[in-house]
Amino acid sequence: MSRSTPTDAALALHRFGMGPRPGSIAAIASDPRGALIAELEKPTAGQVAASALPSSGKAYRLVTDANAKRAARAVVAKREQDAAAKRQTADASAKMETAGAMVEAEKAAAEAVPDPGRLIYLDEARVHYEAALNAEIGFAERLVWFWCNHFCISADKVQSMSGAYEREVIRPHVLGRFTDLLLAAEGHPAMLLYLDNTLSMGANSIAGLNRTRGLNENLAREIMELHTLGVRTGYTQADVIGFANVLTGWTLLPPGDNPEHGGEFSFNPRLHEPGAQTIMGKTYDGDDAEQGRTVLRDLATHPATATHVAAKLARHFVADQPPAALIERMAKVFRDTDGDLKAVAKAMVTSDEAWDAPVAKLKRPSEWIIAMVRATGLTQADPVRFTGGQALLGERLWRPTSPRGYPDDEASWIDGVGRRLDAASNFAERLSGRIDPQDVIANVLGSVSPEAKQAVGRAESRQQALALLFMSAEMLRR
Amino acid sequence: MGLHHHLPSRREALLGAGTLFAWSQMPRLARAEGRDPRLLVIVLRGALDGLGAVAPVGDPDWITLRGDRALVLDGKTPALPLDSFFALNPAMPQLHRLYKAQQATIVHATATPYRDRSHFDGQDVLESGFARPGSVDSGWLNRALLALASDGRVDPRGSRALGVGAVTPLVVRGQAQVMSWVPQQLLAASDDTQARLLDLYRHTDAKLAAALEARIRLAALGGAGSVMADDAQLPPPGIARVRAYFTDAAGSAARLLAKADGPRVGALGFVGWDTHINEGAAMGQLANLLGALDGALAAVETNMGEAWRETVVAVVTEFGRTARINGTNGTDHGQGTVAFLAGGALRGGRVVADWPGLKTAQLYEGRDLNPTTDLRAVLKGLLRDHLRVDERVLATKVFPDSADVTPTAGLVG
Repeated sequence: MSRSTPTDAALALHRFGMGPRPGSIAAIASDPRGALIAELEKPTAGQVAASALPSSGKAYRLVTDANAKRAARAVVAKREQDAAAKRQTADASAKMETAGAMVEAEKAAAEAVPDPGRLIYLDEARVHYEAALNAEIGFAERLVWFWCNHFCISADKVQSMSGAYEREVIRPHVLGRFTDLLLAAEGHPAMLLYLDNTLSMGANSIAGLNRTRGLNENLAREIMELHTLGVRTGYTQADVIGFANVLTGWTLLPPGDNPEHGGEFSFNPRLHEPGAQTIMGKTYDGDDAEQGRTVLRDLATHPATATHVAAKLARHFVADQPPAALIERMAKVFRDTDGDLKAVAKAMVTSDEAWDAPVAKLKRPSEWIIAMVRATGLTQADPVRFTGGQALLGERLWRPTSPRGYPDDEASWIDGVGRRLDAASNFAERLSGRIDPQDVIANVLGSVSPEAKQAVGRAESRQQALALLFMSAEMLRR
Repeated sequence: MGLHHHLPSRREALLGAGTLFAWSQMPRLARAEGRDPRLLVIVLRGALDGLGAVAPVGDPDWITLRGDRALVLDGKTPALPLDSFFALNPAMPQLHRLYKAQQATIVHATATPYRDRSHFDGQDVLESGFARPGSVDSGWLNRALLALASDGRVDPRGSRALGVGAVTPLVVRGQAQVMSWVPQQLLAASDDTQARLLDLYRHTDAKLAAALEARIRLAALGGAGSVMADDAQLPPPGIARVRAYFTDAAGSAARLLAKADGPRVGALGFVGWDTHINEGAAMGQLANLLGALDGALAAVETNMGEAWRETVVAVVTEFGRTARINGTNGTDHGQGTVAFLAGGALRGGRVVADWPGLKTAQLYEGRDLNPTTDLRAVLKGLLRDHLRVDERVLATKVFPDSADVTPTAGLVG
C-alpha cells in the first residue's frame, strides 16, 4: 500500500534523505517511496569518486613518516643547542633561559615539518560533504552516515585514516551484507587502533609470554555490546574474554623500510592466544584470523543482532521510540535475508509505520547543516566551514566522544537550538543575498506552517527571513 | 576589539561576513576640480520610523498622533531642536552636533517610488534604483560608478567599489567590480531574530520554544544578550553588541575610504529597524538603535580624518512606519520616512521637507506620513553634484525612468 503526496515527498527527503534541494520535491512527488528505493538500486549508491585520496595505509604512512621527520629534526636541533650550551658560562639563570630556548628550538624544528594528517582529513571531509550535497535524495548517504556512526572510530585517535575508513569500510558494504560490513569494520586498522586491539596480546602467546602486556578486551566488548548483539542480550564476561583472546593478533602492519607497505591489516601469530575459545556456548578452534572471522560471522547472524540493528535503524530514521511492529518487520527481513542491508532499508521505507510517525525527530546538527545548505542549492563544500559548524554544534565530524557514537534522540540535542540559531543567522548573512526565502519555501520545502510562512513574510530582511526559515520546525525536524 | 588596518583583499571577499563596499573609476570631473569625493551609503533594513527619529514638534497634530510616546522638546529626555519645527531624537547628539556645524542634513517625508509594504520589495526598489520591484541584478550606486569616466588613475588592485559585510548590499552590486570587507564583529542572531523565532516556536513547537527560552534566560543571566525592552534604565545587553558592530563596520569602512589609494564609494547595511512591538523611540529599542547609528556616524567622521570634508554619508531605509502607534506600542509598515545626510562636503544644517501635515486626511491612506520628496531626487542630487555623474545618465541608467524626478540642488558645496 502506498500513498503519494507532496507531503510524503518532503518527508522522504527530510526523514530518509539529506533534505530537499530546489525542485527535488516535485521530482519525486509522484512516487516518493519508489524514488527512495530507486536510489538504493543505483550501482553507485553510497560510493564516491575519490581517486585522488590516499588509502588508509598510505595516509597512515604519510603521517608516520612526517612524525619520524619531526623527531629527527628535534634531535638535530637538540644536539646543536647542547653544543651551544656547553660553550656558554655556567651561570644558573642563563642556564634556565637556555633550557627554555632549547625546548623552543626543538619544537620549532619539529614544526617545520608539516602534519599531513589534517590536510588529508579535510580532503576527506570535502568528499564526504559534497556527496551529501550532491545526492538526489541522499538516502544511501544517510545510510553511510548511520553505519559510520554505528561502527564509529574517532579522528582524535586516527585522524589520517578517518575519512578513508568511511570510504573503505562503510561505503562498499552499506547496501550489501551485514556480515561483510562487520568483517570490514572490525578488521580495519582504524578500528583496531581506535579500540586498542593493536596493544592486545594473548597471555600465552609468544609475545605475551615474553612481555608484561596482556589482553585488551575493548574491541571484543564493543563488538558485542554496540556493533552486533546489543547490551544485555545474554553474553557474559567470560564470552568477552574468549572473544578478546580470539582477536589477539589482529593488528596492522608497522610502517617499515618499504614505503609501499605499513598501516594495512595484519594478523600477527606471535600475539595470538593459542588454543580453542568458547564464546556463547560454541567452541572456536584455529590459530589464525579465520578463527575471529568465524566468531564475527556467527555474531552477525545472531537473532539479537537482527533486533539490535533494526531497532537502531528505526530509531535513527523514524522515531526516538519507534513502533515495535516496524522493528520486528525489519528484524525479520534481516534474519530472512542473512543480513541483506538493502533489503532491510527497503523494508523500512515500504512500511507504513515509517511514514505515519509524527514529524518529531530532531535532526542531528550534521543533518541539519547539510539540509540547510542543500535548501540553498549550493553543491560545493568548503570543508573547514562544515567541520567548524559541526564542531560549534557539538557533533564533530568523525570524532564521537565514545564508541557508542553520537546519540540520536531529541533530548541530547535540543539544548543546542540556540547555537543553531547563531549558525543559521551567520549562514543566512553569508549567502549572497540573492536567495529569496519565498523561493526556498516554494521550490525547496514544499510546505511550511502558516505561522512560519507569516514569520518569513514579515521578516525585516531576507537574511532574517532565511534564518527563521532555516530554524523552522520544518527544517529542524524530520 | 581591534580593527583591521588594511585594504580588503580578494581573499577577504571570499571569506565574506559582515558589510560590503564597491570601487569603481575615480570621478574624473570631480578630480578635475581638485576634489576627491567620498560617498558612503548606509541602508537601514527593516524600515526606520522617521517620525520617531525626527519629530515634527511644531506640527499641532503631533501630540494628538503619538500621545505620551511623542518626542517633545520638554520631555523626560528632551528632543534636540533642529529648527523651529523639527527636533532630533535625543539618542543622536553626534548627528545634532554635525547638524549645528552645517555638516548634516535631514530629509523628511521622503520615500522611494515604492508604495506597498513588503520589506523585501521595498529594499529592492531602494537599492536597485528602479521604480518598481523585480529588477534586482544591480544597484544604483554600482551603475553610477560605471558611468563615471576614469581619469586614468587606475586602482592597483583593479577594483574600486567596496561593500562591507557578509552580504554585498544590492546597491553596490553590478558590473563595476566590488570588493568586500568583513568586520571582525559578527552580528550573529540578533535579539530581534531570536524574539521572532521564539514567537514562531510558541505557535508551532512547544519543545523548541522551551529550549530557546532557556537559552534566552541563560544569556540574560550572563549579560550576553536578551530581548530588547522598552526601558532605557535597563539597557538590553544585546545593544552593546549592536553598538560595537555598527561602530566597527562603519568605522572600518571609513578608514578604507580615507586612504589615498582606497575606494571612493561604499555601502553597508544595518538591521534591526522593524519596530512592530515596543518601539521605544524616546527610551528603548529605537532610541538604542539610533544611538548605535549615531556612534557609527561619529566613527566615520573620526576615521575619515582630513577626508571628512570631502565626504557624504547617506543613511536611507526602504520605507517608513505608520504615523500612529499600534496596539503593541510599536508601529507598522508605512510610507514617508527620513533620510540622514552627514559629511563635511554637505551644505548642511537644514531640514529638507515639503511637509504634508499629520491630519488624518493628510496621511497616506489615512495611516502613513505622506511622502512628498522622492528619495531618488536627493540621491540624484548627491551623485550629480558630489561625484559628478552626468544628469542624463542618472535619469536613464542609474535611476531608470526617472527623467521627471529633478535632482535636488544645493545639497553639497
